[in-house]
Parts: sequence; C-alpha cells; structure tokens
Amino acid sequence: MTISKDQLIDFIYDEVRMLDEGRYDEWLALWLKDGHYWMPLDYKQTDPFSVTSLMYEDLFMLKLRVERLNGARTFSQKPKSRCHHVIQRPFVDAMDEAAGTYVTTTFMHYVETRLDEQTLLALTARHELALVDGALRIANKRVDILNCDAAFRNIQLLP
Amino acid sequence: MGRYAQNPAAIKALHRGYEVHRDVYIDQELYQLEMRHLFANAWVFVGHESQTPEKGDYFSTQVGDQPVIQVRHSDGEVHVLFNRCPHKGTKIVIDRAGNTGKFFRCPYHAWSFKTDGCLLAIPLKKGYENTGFENSDSAKGMRAVGAVKNYRGFIFCRLAETGISFEEFFGGSLSSIDNMVDRSPAGRLEVAGPPLRYLHHCNWKMLVENQTDTCHPMVAHESSAGTAVKLWKELDMPEGTPLPPAMEIIAPFTSPYEFFEKMGIRTWPNGHGHTGVHHSIHSNYSEIPGYMDKMVESYGEEKAKAILGENRHNTVYFPNIMIKGPIQQLRVFIPLAADRTIVESYIYRLVDGPEELTARTAMYNRMINAPTSIVGHDDLEMYERAQEGLHVNGLEWVNIQRLYEPGEDFSHEAVENGTTERQMRNQFDAWVKFMTCDMDGVQEAAE
Ligand code: FES
Ligand SMILES: [Fe+2]
Repeated sequence: MTISKDQLIDFIYDEVRMLDEGRYDEWLALWLKDGHYWMPLDYKQTDPFSVTSLMYEDLFMLKLRVERLNGARTFSQKPKSRCHHVIQRPFVDAMDEAAGTYVTTTFMHYVETRLDEQTLLALTARHELALVDGALRIANKRVDILNCDAAFRNIQLLP
Repeated sequence: MGRYAQNPAAIKALHRGYEVHRDVYIDQELYQLEMRHLFANAWVFVGHESQTPEKGDYFSTQVGDQPVIQVRHSDGEVHVLFNRCPHKGTKIVIDRAGNTGKFFRCPYHAWSFKTDGCLLAIPLKKGYENTGFENSDSAKGMRAVGAVKNYRGFIFCRLAETGISFEEFFGGSLSSIDNMVDRSPAGRLEVAGPPLRYLHHCNWKMLVENQTDTCHPMVAHESSAGTAVKLWKELDMPEGTPLPPAMEIIAPFTSPYEFFEKMGIRTWPNGHGHTGVHHSIHSNYSEIPGYMDKMVESYGEEKAKAILGENRHNTVYFPNIMIKGPIQQLRVFIPLAADRTIVESYIYRLVDGPEELTARTAMYNRMINAPTSIVGHDDLEMYERAQEGLHVNGLEWVNIQRLYEPGEDFSHEAVENGTTERQMRNQFDAWVKFMTCDMDGVQEAAE
C-alpha cells in the first residue's frame, strides 16, 4: 500500500478537526504507543530532556490529560475550554515509501477560549507519521509557538 | 491621598492574627505601597550568577515593579543596576539577556557607562561645561540598588540604601538554599534553560501563601493526580513494577491529610518558612545510580547522607520566591498589579551531578508549573476565583486560623504540625513590619 501526498494532508486536517470537536478518544487512537507530543519552551529548542518544555508527553500523559478534561472534579474545566484551528495546507517534507514514514510541517493559528478570555497562538506543527497496518498514525508531534518566550495565560487543551 | 500611605496604624490593622483584610489582595494603593516600602526594605531575589557567567554578561528582570539589570562587572563581581538611563529615562537594555562588553551605551544619545554604572562618556560633553551638570544625579551614572548579596550563586538585593542586613533578614532559612546547592557534588548550581512564564490574574501573595497550603493538594489536584493514580491502576501492571518518573512526581499530590500533618512546617523570623520538615512529596523519588558515590566522594558518607536525607518540600523566602531544594527549582512571583502576577519557574542543574536529575526536574517543572500544566491550572483557578470573590462586601476578612495560637511570636524559629497556617501568619507579620518600618511616625507608634 502506498500513501499519497493528499492522504497525508487530509490526515492533518482530520486530526485538527478531531481536536476542535473534542473527539479525544479518536485522537488518542491515532498515536503510536511510544510517541511523544513535544511543545518546546525555547525558540528552536533541540533538547526536550534537560531544559524545561511546555509539554513533552508520552501516551500515558496524553491519556491523563484527556481523562482529566472529562473529570467531574476538574474545577478549572468548569466551564470547559473550547478550541479552534485554522491551518495552512501542510507541507509534505519527507516521504519514505519503503519505511512507511512521513514528515509534514503545518502552519496554523490556534484559538482557545474559556469564559470571557480568548487566546490566539501562531503555531508550527511538525508531524512524524508512520504507516502501520494500513493506517497512518502519529509517531511524534512537535508544536512550536511563535511567541514561546512570552508569559502565557492558560493553555488547557491540545494545540 | 489614599487611606494607607504614611499610615502605619491603618496598615497594621489589616492583619489581626488569624485573619487579614481583603485590601491586602485587591487594593491598588496597597500594591503601590508594597512596591515602595516592602520590596525596597526586604532582600529580594534577582537571579542566579550562572545567568551572567562572563564579564559584561547581563540579565534584565524586575525587583517588585523596578526594572533592574544583573551584570557581571570587569572585576568579576555581580552588580545590580536600575535599568534606566540617567539622562532621560530610556531603558538601557531591552532584551532579557546578552553581553554588553566593557560598557553599556544608551541607544538614545549615546551616554555610556561602566558595568558598575559609573558614567564613562557623553558625546559633545562640552555642552555641559559651566552648567553645574557635575552636581546633578545624572552625572553619577546608572543608579545601583542599595545592596547586593551573592549567596552561593543566588543574587539578592535590597533596593533601600539602608536597612536590615542580608544575614539578619534570612537567618536560619538559608539552610534550604544550602541544601539545594550542597546536592551538587561540586557545591555549585547552573541555571538550566529559560524559565516558564505564567501570567496569573491574582495577587502575588495568594501564590506565596499557597506554597505552604498543605490542605489543598488532595482537593484541588484530585483531577490530575487522582486521575493519574486511577489510570495507572487500570493498566494493571505486575506487583512491584517501578513507577514511571511522571507517576513518581504526580502521585504524591493525592497523599492524605495525615501525610501532610506529619510532614511538619518550620517558620523562621521575617516571613520565611518551609513545609516538609520530616518528609515530603519529594522523599520517595527513585535513586539515580552513581549519584550517591559521587556525593560520598565530595562530602564523606555521613555528610552526603545528611544532605540527601533532607527532603524539604517548599521553602518560602519572603517576600516573593519559593525554592524546592530536592529538585533544584525556584519560582519567583513577580507582582505587576494588585491583581496581576507573573510566575517564573526556573530549574538548575547540579554541577557534576547526573543529568537524569536535571531531566526529572525539567519534567517536574513542565508537569506542575507550566501554563500547559494539568496541575498548575487548578491552583490558578482557585486564586482567580478568590481574587473575584473577595469583592463581596460585608465579608471582608480572609481566614488563616488553622492551628492558630493567641499571642503567636514569630521572632524565633518554630516547628509545628504540617497543616498549620502559621507560615501564612508569619508572612503577614513580616509584611506589616517591612511595609511600615520606613514610614513616618512608625518609631513613635512602636513605643
Ligand atoms: S536617554 Fe540615554 S543618553 Fe539620552
Ligand atoms: Fe497546588
């Protein structure tokens, strides 16, 4: 089975739609077991381990995030946050047919809101995707925030 | 004129032992007086010397509402200067950090200054001849803060020219910084990357109080820590499977009241104090292979064990920082307004220590204190609800009475039950002291 450029691009569009619609179980199912969601703190950061990041989460932590969002006693999610992505057409940076691995870069504007507040972030998302058992999955995802060194308010959902 | 300026009696009346008046959190005049008096008279954290390791290296920050520059002078000492050109007020540096070489040069009219602030040169200087310029404050160059102390790499300053000494201000509380630094086999720390920066719409003191609030984790953090424990159980790992690092960090937040009662709280004079006298949420982290050996090599077995046996939880250095010795974290609560605070959370690496420990600390920082954290949110939510709730009229006092004893004396060190709110009362005792100690008429009032 081969994957077309369009399929890769559609995958990214589908992913952000899941996030915007809060379909987190479907979203978690996209991930490979040893994947990491990385959101660096520093511009062009190369090391996720020995300096602080905003997020560097394995699947356990991502599941915890999703469970917590749905929890009855998650006071800071009463009322719940909502989010919205506007994305540019993803760039397909690498396609390795033999290995079944792909890399995309996507520029997006991400809006998160709760009560009277709304935050807008300009993001660059880099996806490492893999073809496993005939389906595209997320091997790793890195999200860089344009103003990563600014003092932020809450970012409660998953950009 | 407001109600509180030059009115020490009114300020003292805001703290009645077991309660404080809401104005300390919501009144903008009191915020301005805090910046004028409290943050000038107390010793306040500036930065770490490793942020400015080479001559000419600078780092810009603020002490209270005062913009300052921490800079390494040509003699190797760290100086703290106000970030203001003595000519017309332009900030001398605008980036967060950099190297200025041998001198600062103002970008507006090119006055230049040595890195200890002294005026070096002014273009077309003859325009000031016979003007009396040499007698002006501007001729002195960039103003330095009142006093600076480099304590084991941590830079503190007192803005006021005169006042309490560093040693008297911190007293026995310095043992927490000592323990944090001693955990490096070389006895030195180095900053690891930039800090997290998290904007809170609440008063800075709510954050400081929360550092020793041991009755909230099991409630406010049930959603994150409690859910983590539940998820881990559902994975149904074989008995004895070691907890992954993330679980080691988050699970202790759900510890029962008894755990926190028994951990103990120690208070020191001038508003300092810490939780975790006997044990803490940091006590049961797994050992890193090879680390103990290095420590024994540096300190000998007995001292190495004593250093690593100390597991203090949060140490508050009044007015506005908290450190976690066992994981080398420092959080500074920078007051922007009565209802605005930026929290910066720094981590440090143990020089000659294992990199695994830095990785654990970085994990702690992002999991617990990031704007993206699943734990920090729940704290922020509580502070901001309080900031709004405090506007309710007719109920104007905030209760800090847990394990209160009438006639409490904060002038000596004390160790108590870990759920006491004594440390919060201790902070307000110091708050009144450093707010009023340089106000008119306070001497007479003290008699
Ligand atoms: S304002 Fe700095 S030189 Fe004029
Ligand atoms: Fe908390």
